[in-house]
Amino acid sequence: MPIEILMPALSPTMTEGKLARWMKNEGDKVSSGDILAEIETDKATMEVEAVDEGVLGKILIAGDTDNVAVNTPIAVLLEEGETEADIGKATSTAPAVEPAPAPQTSSAPASVAAPVAVEVAAESDWDGPVIKTTVRDALRDAMAEEMRRNKKVFLMGEEVAQYQGAYKISQGLLDEFGAKRVIDTPITEHGFAGLGVGAAFYGLNPIVEFMTFNFAMQAIDHIINSAAKTRYMSGGQVSSPIVFRGPNGVASRVGAQHSQCYASWYAHCPGLKVVSPYSAADAKGLLKSAIRDPNPVIFLENELMYGQSFDVPDTDDWIVPIGKAKVVRPGTDVTIVTFSLMVGKALAAAEELAKEGISAEVIDLRTIRPLDTETILASVRKTNRLVTVEEGWAFSGVGSEISAMVMEQAFDYLDAPVKRVAGVDVPLPYAANLEQLALPQSSHIVSAAKEVCYRV
Amino acid sequence: MAIQKASAKRAPRKRSDSSALPTDVTNELLLEFYREMLLIRRFEEKAGQMYGMGLIGGFCHLYIGQEAVVVGIQSALEDRDTIITSYRDHGHMLVCGMDPDGVMAELTGRSGGYSKGKGGSMHMFSEEKGFYGGHGIVGAQVPIGTGIAFAHKYLEENAVNVAYLGDGALNQGQVYESFNMASLWALPVVYVIENNRYGMGTSTERSSANSTELYHRGHAYGIPGMQVDGMDVVAVREAAKIAVEHARSGKGPYIMEMMTYRYRGHSMSDPAKYRSKEEVQKVREERDPIERLRAVMLKQKAIDEAGMKEIDKEVKAIVSKSAEFAQTSPEPDPSELYTDVYADA
Repeated sequence: MPIEILMPALSPTMTEGKLARWMKNEGDKVSSGDILAEIETDKATMEVEAVDEGVLGKILIAGDTDNVAVNTPIAVLLEEGETEADIGKATSTAPAVEPAPAPQTSSAPASVAAPVAVEVAAESDWDGPVIKTTVRDALRDAMAEEMRRNKKVFLMGEEVAQYQGAYKISQGLLDEFGAKRVIDTPITEHGFAGLGVGAAFYGLNPIVEFMTFNFAMQAIDHIINSAAKTRYMSGGQVSSPIVFRGPNGVASRVGAQHSQCYASWYAHCPGLKVVSPYSAADAKGLLKSAIRDPNPVIFLENELMYGQSFDVPDTDDWIVPIGKAKVVRPGTDVTIVTFSLMVGKALAAAEELAKEGISAEVIDLRTIRPLDTETILASVRKTNRLVTVEEGWAFSGVGSEISAMVMEQAFDYLDAPVKRVAGVDVPLPYAANLEQLALPQSSHIVSAAKEVCYRV
Repeated sequence: MAIQKASAKRAPRKRSDSSALPTDVTNELLLEFYREMLLIRRFEEKAGQMYGMGLIGGFCHLYIGQEAVVVGIQSALEDRDTIITSYRDHGHMLVCGMDPDGVMAELTGRSGGYSKGKGGSMHMFSEEKGFYGGHGIVGAQVPIGTGIAFAHKYLEENAVNVAYLGDGALNQGQVYESFNMASLWALPVVYVIENNRYGMGTSTERSSANSTELYHRGHAYGIPGMQVDGMDVVAVREAAKIAVEHARSGKGPYIMEMMTYRYRGHSMSDPAKYRSKEEVQKVREERDPIERLRAVMLKQKAIDEAGMKEIDKEVKAIVSKSAEFAQTSPEPDPSELYTDVYADA
């Protein structure tokens, strides 16, 4: 049967174009790949190649014609043995297009901002013996226990093996697990993050340590474009069970390039889970969960917390579920939501507030994504006032997200506008006094809490 | 002088056109090459046509002209080996055995596509066939492929990863980060540079220092390299056997520079003003990998004209079926919008 040649679309946005000129005449033999005509789009002049073989039977739209709509028949191609008499029987170059079924209505998400729901397991209570452990050792123990449990777990990063970790988090791991599973990398964040993602695609469970998350900026393409998106882009076929961990946020006097909180950067992205613990027990239990999780997990630690000691359950099976916040101090008058190092400052602030007769409830988020909205909302419904605290900048920050979420889901419960306490909107300065001024202090949290309680 | 000796030992070699056929290249193998190369070409022509009809959206990068590269390389691989490439990926998927129906249906964004319509032309995967994408960020597949090779070694599988990249990607920093680690850790990876002479509209002469010898780029890392006529499927196969064996035997990575050419624009909306029609025409007439294979097959009496026509018909039928499937497979259910973001913990 003769084949109709249609006016092609030659860019994602083209709807019509000019048929500039024919490169073949009626009666010419055509092989696939031959250039048939030139077409001008809004952007460029393009050549149209023949797909099928035959003889150009009839030109339906002459050269130098403007505004030819996409999919208009422009010529008829005769196949072997056909003549002009067959032209009327032409079919278009592609099989008839079946109309796609009308989209069925689906349940819309609860709100525009609501991220994809993730199921969260319940946290087990612990009333057994505990051991005083530093955050540093808790992180090391978590990795060691998971490496004993699963041979596919390995640790890679700069100075993690022979040097025993730039911050001594991986102390002793090389001795126990050997160089095959505790791997010193060159200083090449983009490269080893990508390499780790490849290993995860193939089913290994890499723990990639960044000496600090500031250096992960070199690798952020692989964290987001490769690790976070591939499961979706592959229709669920290829996952990235990988943990990216290391110190995040502000240390002390190291200047702007080494002092930044990345919580809101990563929390922005579907496909990632973002964890940032405060206590040693949470650091251990959450890191173990992160290593077992089949998704890419960003595990944000804090250098200033590494040396602090907390009670940690004396077991090698202490798991804290990702996605569950914790009320670390109950209260009735105002809710303070925060995470990581700032939990300590919020607890100190709550102590101050108590002296003034204000009962503050402090929530340690522990996980930023998926956000435990239920725990926050339950607290706000009780206290009717909310202060968020983070070390990072307020603009598009974690506090902004929480404020919006509470406004959307508990507006009627609020007795005052939400107050955000955050790092000052400048690159972090070096000078000791300026650095102090740039970061949230307990006194700021106290002031903010009093403000939302109208007690200024 | 030890350094000189070492570098001499690992000096890159040039390989070119094969005049006499190697003994392991049987007539059956030639016919298989022909079938595969023709399938890629006809598939890509059909994809181009369907793009023109608005059935395929967004970006679509065709592989026409480069067929001998993937077909030759794949013939040197074992089932357990894996491959990864960039966004010009349809040929790679077809040659590693992925179903043309599923590939074409992904191009049209239908539920029958390899990624259920959620990936598109640049993002398809098949763990079953060892195909790990399909990556849209230029060069990103190189460290990922190196990581898959790392996993092969870690799991002691005696498998090799082939990481394909273009001449344009070769200037990305992460490629050299990968070369360094792959050599340092002797990873079983073969880097195949598909040098089609243009990174989008910029020629290798204008983008790459020492552009005539890109296979030297691993030299500083102690990675051997070779330059191969990428329009000669037999030459590609013979070269690939050497490189793959090198990687598989624990000697570390190998770089192959394939001298090839793409006939179409970088993507569907590229008018290709940066090169002359004569240049394209000359390659088509003198170096076309399918025409050259036809000549070899006739000379070897592997097949006659009628036999080739028969294969043409078979291939055309496969492609027509894939086009039909790609238009009749339903669009993804709206509920698919929310699936596959996270795996269940």
